[in-house]
Amino acid sequence: MIRRLPETWRRPLAVTGLVITAAWLIVVIAAPLLAPYDPLAQKFPRLRPPGGGHWFGTDELGRDVFSRVLYGARLSIPLTLLLVALSVVIGGLLGACAGYFGRWVDETIMRVADLVFAFPTVILAMAVAASLGASLRNAVLAILVVSWPAYARVTRGLVLGLRSREFVLSGRLLGFSVWRSLRTDVLPNVAGPILVLATLDIGTQLLLLSGLSFLGLGAKPPTAEWGAMVASATQVFDKWWVGVFPGLAILTVVLAFNFLGDTMRDALDPQTARAIKERAL
Amino acid sequence: MTILAIEDLTVDLGGRGLIRGIDLSLERGKVHGLAGESGSGKTMTGLAVLGLLPHGARTGGTISLGGTDLLSLSPKEMNARRGREIGTVFQDQSTSLHPMLSIGRQLTDHMRHHLRLDRAQARERAAELLGKVRIPDPGRALDRYPHQFSGGMRQRIAIAIALACDPQVLIADEPTTALDVTVQAGILRLLRGLCDDLGLAVLLVTHDLGVMSAVADVISVMRDGRLVETGPRARVMRDPADPYTRALLDALPGRSTP
Amino acid sequence: MKHPLIRFVARRLAVSVLLAVGVTLVTFTLTNLVPGDPAAANLGQQALGNPAIVKQFREQHGLDKPLPVQYVTYLGDLVQGDLGESQQSHRPVDADLREFVPATFELAGAALLLSLVVGVAFGVIAALRRDRIADQFLRVTSLAGVSVPTFWLALLAFYFFFYRLRLAPGSGRIAPTMSPPPHVTGLYTVDAALAGQWDVCASAAGHLALPALVLAAYTIGLLTRFTRSAVLEVLSQDYVRAARAKGLPARVVLLRYVLRAALVPIITVAGLAFGSLLSGTVLVESIFAWPGIGQYAYKSATNLDLPAVMGVGLVVGAIYVAVNLIVDVLYGVIDPRVRST
Repeated sequence: MIRRLPETWRRPLAVTGLVITAAWLIVVIAAPLLAPYDPLAQKFPRLRPPGGGHWFGTDELGRDVFSRVLYGARLSIPLTLLLVALSVVIGGLLGACAGYFGRWVDETIMRVADLVFAFPTVILAMAVAASLGASLRNAVLAILVVSWPAYARVTRGLVLGLRSREFVLSGRLLGFSVWRSLRTDVLPNVAGPILVLATLDIGTQLLLLSGLSFLGLGAKPPTAEWGAMVASATQVFDKWWVGVFPGLAILTVVLAFNFLGDTMRDALDPQTARAIKERAL
Repeated sequence: MTILAIEDLTVDLGGRGLIRGIDLSLERGKVHGLAGESGSGKTMTGLAVLGLLPHGARTGGTISLGGTDLLSLSPKEMNARRGREIGTVFQDQSTSLHPMLSIGRQLTDHMRHHLRLDRAQARERAAELLGKVRIPDPGRALDRYPHQFSGGMRQRIAIAIALACDPQVLIADEPTTALDVTVQAGILRLLRGLCDDLGLAVLLVTHDLGVMSAVADVISVMRDGRLVETGPRARVMRDPADPYTRALLDALPGRSTP
Repeated sequence: MKHPLIRFVARRLAVSVLLAVGVTLVTFTLTNLVPGDPAAANLGQQALGNPAIVKQFREQHGLDKPLPVQYVTYLGDLVQGDLGESQQSHRPVDADLREFVPATFELAGAALLLSLVVGVAFGVIAALRRDRIADQFLRVTSLAGVSVPTFWLALLAFYFFFYRLRLAPGSGRIAPTMSPPPHVTGLYTVDAALAGQWDVCASAAGHLALPALVLAAYTIGLLTRFTRSAVLEVLSQDYVRAARAKGLPARVVLLRYVLRAALVPIITVAGLAFGSLLSGTVLVESIFAWPGIGQYAYKSATNLDLPAVMGVGLVVGAIYVAVNLIVDVLYGVIDPRVRST
């Protein structure tokens, strides 16, 4: 199967990324089948080290850590993917409008984006999540608020570059409506770079989401969420297994998507790669 | 008098022969034009003389300057000659000058390195050079930056930089291609004038035979890494021996087809 | 030559002031976003039952006035340094912040210094040794650096180096047996050195080491990646080839021609790196019991102490605006083309 992949994707980093991603996706789908125990069941001896039926040991409330890690994937990964998708759509739409319509639409949207950029990410997300109230839904909203401007800016830049290109102009001359022009001429050319950016962003969003949960602003106990699990582990830090495994899970997921994103970026042509480089942090 | 002699030069890169055995000589006070289309190997020839071929390129033959074969020198020894014995003017003056360094800095840093001048001496010499390439108000110009000058002026500055250490050889790679037609003539006149006044041996690389006919004394034509023709300008322009040269000449605007 | 630069700085300063005002607008909006009545958040159950007290509270805090007026009052309070009162400590937020800011400055500053030196050096090495062993290694490690959850790394580091290996000193800024040096800057390492208390200085530095390293992990990775691509981009430019053609020694070409051009994108990332360091302190300080605004923010967030959270947001936002101003000014100093815009 590896042999059928194009050249760029055959490198060890890319293959590792694909394998890890696939593995986690399987976990997301099949967690109930793979997990030996109920993640919320507090019936086991507390704070047991790994071994004897509990691969990752048990936590401070007597729950099986391994099952909790598996179920944590079910929560975090789809949620993160949803987050990124929403950021792309909202940010992309706003950015495209800003680039396409210009003038006051452009000004307003970009000023609001500037306000978001004026804060370091976690700080603003924390402030938004705290003011909305501590819940997973509000954490997601908070992250959306801090994430859309980056996509808006990139989309705006790409659209501005395209707007004056010949094939777009000729489309308009032929009588294409604004929406049709956006959809058929602008969108396909913008999709590639945005996709790469989004893939690289998945890791960042996951770190942000678990970070907010770590601060108690996201998933609430007893939900099995990786960040929250690390948070409770700080109370019992000498029982290393409680915090190490959830964090390791986060690390491997983020690493995998970063490998993928990097490979995708290398596979692109240099011009779009350059446009992304400025935004891909 | 021959200053630089290229004998049977070959350049290979990644298994491909970019230059396949050419002979060329540069004479004192003469402009030797090297013409050809892109991919003919003409730019590579200039880079080979400079020792700035891409990573992994392999060379054969000799390039003699002052009795030494440049191809046999170590990088350090070659570095001592670059900028000092051989000056270079590149094609795109908007990108070959560093945007963040003043003109004065870019004129003097290699002067101070090669000629061991102090700041004041180098600056004085730099102002002189700017005068020679006809940049107005040289004293003030030294403290300005490239983006504050027009394309034509930037190329003059690049020529001044190339001549700063009093080289024997000047390599000009497409010096007028990126310039406005109205400005090109001035630059070519300048090059010709400097060649005569300073007794330089100039290698003028260009795809434009029209440019060549204005200033070159000798013309060589390259194709696919080989030399197809060499001769005095008048003869080559009037009566080319090779059909390829003839085709290039015919491509010039305003030329009547025989 | 001076004039365009001064004009440029003045313009950037004006933009920064506007941005700072924007920051206050954001925190004000967020404060008013709180679902439910601020009165409910601040008064006890009994007091809420009494309409007179509620009414008095509302009038006292100007909650019965229209929003724009409330905003102006808010700004007025800010200018006087009044950031409200913390619900946990029942002290004015600005007093709390003033106590904790120096510790975070010391931590974030150390981490920034570390990140800049190591990150840029690694990035340059990786670019110059492109595709060779050193480059491959640095690319993978920097990728790992930006993928690690900071809070987890902090926990891991604390567990390993303090608990298991007993290499690192315990939590806090200095050994519990020592007292802080006389206050000059608030940075214990600096103050101790200034006072000649070398044992305190060593203790402070030792306590600073591990948290600073953990904090810097992400930003070192970031700077390495960005410096590498910036330098690679510059290496392929014509002016580098032209510099080589002048026969300048390789070291000069690197320092004067390559790095100077690469400095602009590198400074951009350095600014962003500082932002991420400030963010990181929130996640790291509590684990090392580092008494800075990060730990303060952590406690405030977990306790939903809104005035404190907003206070932190405001101060950090303002600091970040200032940092971005410095970055902009540095652009102007390094790249003369920018000054004319």
